[in-house]
Amino acid sequence: MALVLTEEQSMLRDSARGLISDKAPVSHLRHLRDSKDPTGFSKELWHSFAEMGFAGLLVPEEFGGSGLGHVEAGVVMEEIGRTLMPSPFLATSVVAASALNRGGNSAQRSEYLPKIASGSLLATLAIDEAAKHRPLHSSLQAVRAGNGFKLSGAKALVIDGHVADLLIVAARTAGSAGEREGLTLFLVNAAAKGVAIERTIMVDAHNAARIEFANVEVNADSVLGEVDQAAGLLDGVLDIGRGAVAAEMVGLSEEVFGRTVEYLKSRKQFGKLIGEFQALQHRAAELYVDIEITRAAVMKALQALDADVAKAASSVAVAKARAGTTATRAVQEGVQMHGGMGMTDQFDIGFFMKRARVCEELFGDANYHTEQLARARRY
Amino acid sequence: MSDTETADLEIFRNETRAWLEANCPPEMRKPATSDADVFWGGRNAKFSSEPQRIWFERMRDKGWTVPDWPKEYGGGGLSAAEHKVLRAEMARIGARPPLSSFGIWMLGPALLKYGNDAQKKEHLPKIAAGEIRWCQGYSEPNAGSDLASLQTRAESDGDDFIINGQKIWTSYANYADWIFCLVRTDPAAKKHDGISFILFDMTSKGVSTKPILLISGYSPFCETFFDNVRVPKSNVVGTINRGWDVAKYLLQHERAMISGMGERGVGRPLGQIAADSVGTDGQGRLDDAMLRGKIATFDVDEAALAACAERAVDLAKAGQAHPAFSSAMKYYGTELNKRRHEILMSAGGVDALEWESERSRQGARPRAWLRTKANSIEGGTSEVMLGIVAKRILDLPGA
Repeated sequence: MALVLTEEQSMLRDSARGLISDKAPVSHLRHLRDSKDPTGFSKELWHSFAEMGFAGLLVPEEFGGSGLGHVEAGVVMEEIGRTLMPSPFLATSVVAASALNRGGNSAQRSEYLPKIASGSLLATLAIDEAAKHRPLHSSLQAVRAGNGFKLSGAKALVIDGHVADLLIVAARTAGSAGEREGLTLFLVNAAAKGVAIERTIMVDAHNAARIEFANVEVNADSVLGEVDQAAGLLDGVLDIGRGAVAAEMVGLSEEVFGRTVEYLKSRKQFGKLIGEFQALQHRAAELYVDIEITRAAVMKALQALDADVAKAASSVAVAKARAGTTATRAVQEGVQMHGGMGMTDQFDIGFFMKRARVCEELFGDANYHTEQLARARRY
Repeated sequence: MSDTETADLEIFRNETRAWLEANCPPEMRKPATSDADVFWGGRNAKFSSEPQRIWFERMRDKGWTVPDWPKEYGGGGLSAAEHKVLRAEMARIGARPPLSSFGIWMLGPALLKYGNDAQKKEHLPKIAAGEIRWCQGYSEPNAGSDLASLQTRAESDGDDFIINGQKIWTSYANYADWIFCLVRTDPAAKKHDGISFILFDMTSKGVSTKPILLISGYSPFCETFFDNVRVPKSNVVGTINRGWDVAKYLLQHERAMISGMGERGVGRPLGQIAADSVGTDGQGRLDDAMLRGKIATFDVDEAALAACAERAVDLAKAGQAHPAFSSAMKYYGTELNKRRHEILMSAGGVDALEWESERSRQGARPRAWLRTKANSIEGGTSEVMLGIVAKRILDLPGA
């Protein structure tokens, strides 16, 4: 498989870019933030996403989706990264749809996947509990009660947590924090009794929530996949999410870089364009190289996910680690090279810095994924 | 790609896999560990082992020393997609390149683009068959990063040029049979406009070489002197005084070659090599947390660069490559290779300091470490590469 977009993928990129740059430039995010919009995203735009087949991009055609792959999901995420558009696409269409499609039985798939594809159901994965991403450290308890389970505990940084209809909750049915055995995924109605959702206003003005579960009752049909055996399913679903976030970071990095290079070509000091100074030229060139290399690594990971999710772990670790490091560098150089203007809220560049910080934490930061690679190579 | 093409490619993959399995000697399926392990060809070439000879001859007979060159010039005539499959299948079993050659990596592509029929017929088959070993006459004592200021003169004398001057950093000039050389044919023109690209035999009267001892203790480079060397004008590649076009085109290939240097992704993981000397803790982790972190970060960057190198080939194939992209790859690849060898030295500790002993294979590790310092200088310094990216790709002003 060549590491370039196919003609169909390029067309998908063009249509996603057309919609997103037209309807959701950075000013769209700014408006949602400043108006303290209660949903935090545009329902109208989400409707357009569904109409264009993006909401169900990863959903098989038999369930009303587009039946496309992770490279295509990455194409859309990259465009989202360019304008920082807040969208349920990541949580619902990538992560939750993958969890349901890969882990669901036929009843669960038939019930939820068509609704995701039509844009009528928002869903999200509730996994992290502490400051850092440690999926196996989930300690939210699920104890058997009658024909079902009772869930007790709390989740942090649940993406779109306050607007999601369906929560996919990682809980411990056996074992203790850190163990692979004993994790189970549950489908929980966000409106269920005992679910307390607190919207968290984040640095990047994107949607997230803290959610507490107090003896939340779910029946046995709510188990997604096998009881105690969710770790394998989670590995794949999280890797799919990581690949998508990495693609978002590529789009974000490239946009910041493009804006910065334009600034170097227009800003004058000491009687010349600041882009004439070799000190800045070399830093810009280094950043360009970094972004190109990261783009290739991310594309490699997305293709690996399309080939076989179970064998993509190392490629994904490389991609997410590189994407985090590169985006961090891109936004810092972006602000620095814009000088005082880069520090103002009026200027967009700060929005990119804030979103990059959140993306870096989502599904594991560069340190986490670098560590994973070291473990995979056994040293 | 159509279904038929995909199916044909799968057949090619299976056939290639089977052929390599049957024909690549086991000894040739691990990385070269010394210079003698690398076969460079040439009039005076000697094989260091029987497996090396067998492997070279079998690959040569398939045209697979230069798999994507046309068959009429001794190549394999493979399509870009087939070439990629062959590379992947060779990598799968760790097969060594059968022939290392500046003729393959640098001169060949330039001849294919700029050479006339007679030049292609004369030189390409001998490169493919490893019969002639080439060296590169580019740098001069006063023309390093500023290569176009070169002063070696070629003065017209009937059908010939008479060449006088000096080159430096000529890799393996003392072993080479022929040289591709930049000479000034019009001293009055602006510096880029009076240069020609010319080929001649290193046994020509008036050519002499003198190896330069480097910090590694080896002499891979020479000073090369030309004292009234007579060369037919028909040996000029491309147009007289337009040699800079050929020179730049060749440099793109040279930079792509250098960016791919180093033992990328083959053999044992760097972290396990480090564990041999540093040791591991109770959980099997390298017993030096800082070094382990550096190695893991290196591994991330190395894997990402490998993806980028693959993508660069695919982009070129799709006609979407920026011609200056090899400068970006050269910059990152060489800096990464230096990082690799700094890590190896750090991991080796005191053991990596030995310079002359059987135990240390004559100081293989420290000498290799020192050799890599040239990577970010030869073929254009890292600073020149960043300047090219800034100017040609980013279009920054005044660069």
